[in-house]
Amino acid sequence: MLDMTTKDIKERSGITINPCKTCEPVGAMFCALGVHKCMPHSHGSQGCSSYHRTVLTRHFKEPAIATSSSFTEGASVFGGRSNLNTAVKNIFDMYDPDIIAVHTTCLSETIGDDVGSYILDMEIPEGKYVIHASTPSYEGSHIQGFSNMMMGFINYLSKQTGTKTGITALFPGWVNPGDCRELKAIAKAMEVPVTMFPDFDNTMDSPMTGHFEYYGAGGTPIPEIGRLGDASSVIALGKFASGESFDLMQKKFHISGASLPMPVGIALTDRYIMALRKISKKEVPSGLEAERGRLVDLLMDATSYTYKKTVAIFGDPDIVYSLTSLCLEMGMIPRYVVTGTPKSEFETLTRELIDSYNLEETCEVKADTDLFWLHQKIKNDEVDLLLGSSYGKYIAKAEDIPFVRAGFPVLDRYGATIQSVCGYKGGVYLAEKIIDALLSRYDRDVADEDFECVL
Amino acid sequence: MREREELLDKYTAKVYKNRKQHITQLEFGAEPDTITANTRAIPGTMTARGCCYAGCKGVVVGPLKDVAVITHGPIGCAFYSWGTRRNKAKNDPESDNKNFVPYSLCTDMRPTDIVFGGEKKLEKAIEEVIDIFHPKCIMICSTCPIGLIGDDVQAVAKRTEAQYGIKTIGFSCEGYKGVSQSAGHHIANNGLMRYIIGTGDKKPVGKFTVNLLGEYNIGADGWEEERILKRCGIDVVSVFTGDGSYETLQNAHLADLNLVMCHRSINYVAEMMKTKYGMDWIKVNFIGVGATCKSLRMIGKYFDDPELIARIESVIAEETESIREDMENYKAKLKGKTAGIFVGGSRAHHYQLLLRDLGMETIMAGYEFAHRDDYEGSAIRPFIKSDADTKNIEEITVEPDPEKYRTRYPEEMLVSLQKDGVELDAYTGMIPDMIKGSMVVDDYNFLEVDQLGKIMKPDIIFSGIKDKYSTMKDGIGSRQLHSYDYSGPYSGFRGAVIFARDVAMSIYTPTWRLVKAPWKNTPLLTGTISGGEKHA
Repeated sequence: MLDMTTKDIKERSGITINPCKTCEPVGAMFCALGVHKCMPHSHGSQGCSSYHRTVLTRHFKEPAIATSSSFTEGASVFGGRSNLNTAVKNIFDMYDPDIIAVHTTCLSETIGDDVGSYILDMEIPEGKYVIHASTPSYEGSHIQGFSNMMMGFINYLSKQTGTKTGITALFPGWVNPGDCRELKAIAKAMEVPVTMFPDFDNTMDSPMTGHFEYYGAGGTPIPEIGRLGDASSVIALGKFASGESFDLMQKKFHISGASLPMPVGIALTDRYIMALRKISKKEVPSGLEAERGRLVDLLMDATSYTYKKTVAIFGDPDIVYSLTSLCLEMGMIPRYVVTGTPKSEFETLTRELIDSYNLEETCEVKADTDLFWLHQKIKNDEVDLLLGSSYGKYIAKAEDIPFVRAGFPVLDRYGATIQSVCGYKGGVYLAEKIIDALLSRYDRDVADEDFECVL
Repeated sequence: MREREELLDKYTAKVYKNRKQHITQLEFGAEPDTITANTRAIPGTMTARGCCYAGCKGVVVGPLKDVAVITHGPIGCAFYSWGTRRNKAKNDPESDNKNFVPYSLCTDMRPTDIVFGGEKKLEKAIEEVIDIFHPKCIMICSTCPIGLIGDDVQAVAKRTEAQYGIKTIGFSCEGYKGVSQSAGHHIANNGLMRYIIGTGDKKPVGKFTVNLLGEYNIGADGWEEERILKRCGIDVVSVFTGDGSYETLQNAHLADLNLVMCHRSINYVAEMMKTKYGMDWIKVNFIGVGATCKSLRMIGKYFDDPELIARIESVIAEETESIREDMENYKAKLKGKTAGIFVGGSRAHHYQLLLRDLGMETIMAGYEFAHRDDYEGSAIRPFIKSDADTKNIEEITVEPDPEKYRTRYPEEMLVSLQKDGVELDAYTGMIPDMIKGSMVVDDYNFLEVDQLGKIMKPDIIFSGIKDKYSTMKDGIGSRQLHSYDYSGPYSGFRGAVIFARDVAMSIYTPTWRLVKAPWKNTPLLTGTISGGEKHA
């Protein structure tokens, strides 16, 4: 497996090998799938839409629907206005969404299509909406695309009337439906009414009923996005997916609140709960406190098997940062912490987090890199555990390292998107997986005479 | 016919006018059934199609294991085509144990590269790839922005070859070219023909030698086919391109015969090799027990060797006997069930024959990117009108090679073979193998697959991942025929049993019984009310 990967690490500036990121448009498409009765639309070649739908469908094991402007050579030369107009008409006729969320591609951005002005000139049926976000694939990563689409919705739809709704805008960031449910459940337990945006609960994990519906029951309703301008506060989770929308809410509507990391593990979930507590001015209910206590108890009990174990964590900046926090809480050494997303802030923030633990061991943190680099690093200094998306399985097999899947995309396993990694419950779920992976490996390799039933 | 009208009824006038040409319900009347294909998809319909890059890199050249395929463009396309197609490849000494299949190589273009041009970055990328991997062959596949900003990948390829002495080919397969993946197949075929096939001189050793064209080794289909051919005494020189290699493709012209599996993606190579090297091709189908036997017998007839024919018959006898009990068992379960098949450009035909082996009938079928000949057969080709989108894709003309051209048989012999049932240098198409009343849909979209499920009510729909979960949520069984849902092989004899098992599983999984919650059919309150009448 990956037999051609060399141990010798050379500086590269031309070739990316085995990427740890993908392009902006898929993030925009995913974000739009978290809005109720929304059809994401890809303004570019139809291959983009097919690829994005495929990877999203494979991750969620759910139909990810989206349409395309189906550019041909002609549209690429003369511009995509007519393709977009035709598409919008057909989408409303055939699929009857309430809103179409258009995102651009490297193709339409390179030719300079002005989608904003196309939309202004467009005939849109009464009561329906068309919005857009610019997502040039050659900038940022899918995380930036997600962020751009969030801001697209806010810029087009959110209004400020001056009358506060008393509702908190809750931005979950790039998460799974299970995470959305858990984050809402915690807010509910804290008695903070929220509008989650986007919301994948019941859109990307719709139940089997025997009758397929194009649009799931979930997703943020358009009127609620409209009222975000009157929100009383905002909690944005995941600096890289939600941070810019947090800033936009402050700048545009003067709504303040908290921009926090994805609440994975104890300390980061604590921060989420403290932010909610500040809003509700209510004490944390005993049930939540007990959940926290149980997670601390679990981590403490399993310390013998996690303490000083080295781990390589890779994937998207928000989840990688938060997984690093959990691993540190478990006494593990995050030997390599890697994202493909080109954001230097990831390095600064993660470095600060790791430094706060005063470890003796060295840890390398790198943004804008790839899995080939990570693999080479591991070849030079191996780790006990690999934590990240499905593409890590090649490295895990090549180097025979236990592997826990988390983040995006997980293409080769089932069920994880229904679960949460967020909150204390999510901590239990992840910790169990990590401990199980480490102990299963120990059991697999240990001599018969050392094989034990009691730990 | 009724079902066709019911489906088309969903459309407004303009879309109706277009889609009615792509949807036909077979009548087999006095007039032949026809269809429009290989034209632009309508924006906004949610076509299942992909793009030119997907056809070139994703389908044809990506599987070549000893080739460093560099995607030139922003990161996305390289990411999506990385390990997602199940074109299996094994390390082997013939290709120096080089296997690029689990790797994804990309220039990951940034805004400055788009503004100032990406050739420099591409050249740097090539230098680094050579330094790390020492490949024998490099291919560059362009994504959308490349053609727009004017990067000349062919020129970069030429410079690379001159500087490093490594075979390098540039493909201008920008996503927007053509109307589907089909354009990418054509561009890839042209490149293989122009730069690779015919450049080797390693003579094959076997008595009967073939190339397997349009076999991408999804789920190990190609390996099952090679196993069977080998048992018969037929050697495979090269495979285009599943588990294939640059190393073997160079010698493809030295084989005796081309076998074409996926007609759509590779017929250009088959035809150009016929013109340039005099090699005949047979349209084979190793999907289905009957189809496999028929294909093997056609090969036997072509080589016209009694010993080979006898060996083929004994292999057929042994192999069919070894799966007989399993197949009968599954047939008992599946007989009378109906299916819909919506796949790329050949499988919607191939799998109908395997389903028929199992007593199942295909009542609707469609292709993403086929041309009319894939539906109606090669005879229709002179009548296909070429539109602007097709004309934008380069056609290359080849001449008989003065040294390497070798006629295998005189023309009369070929005619007599054709008369004898050998599908030589032609393809009959999908429609003749279907039954009256069944629906054929070209460039199917999401709405149509969904609606056809409701109108035609098949027991199972074979399609891709984009249709799989919506189909299942509608209570219809579903199997992916692009990826086989991580199962396979489905080809040949052993594959037929695996397929049968998977189909039976999809239809009969006990989980179907749990879809409806018990309270849906049970009233909340039962009992008698004061009048004494019993109410439910």
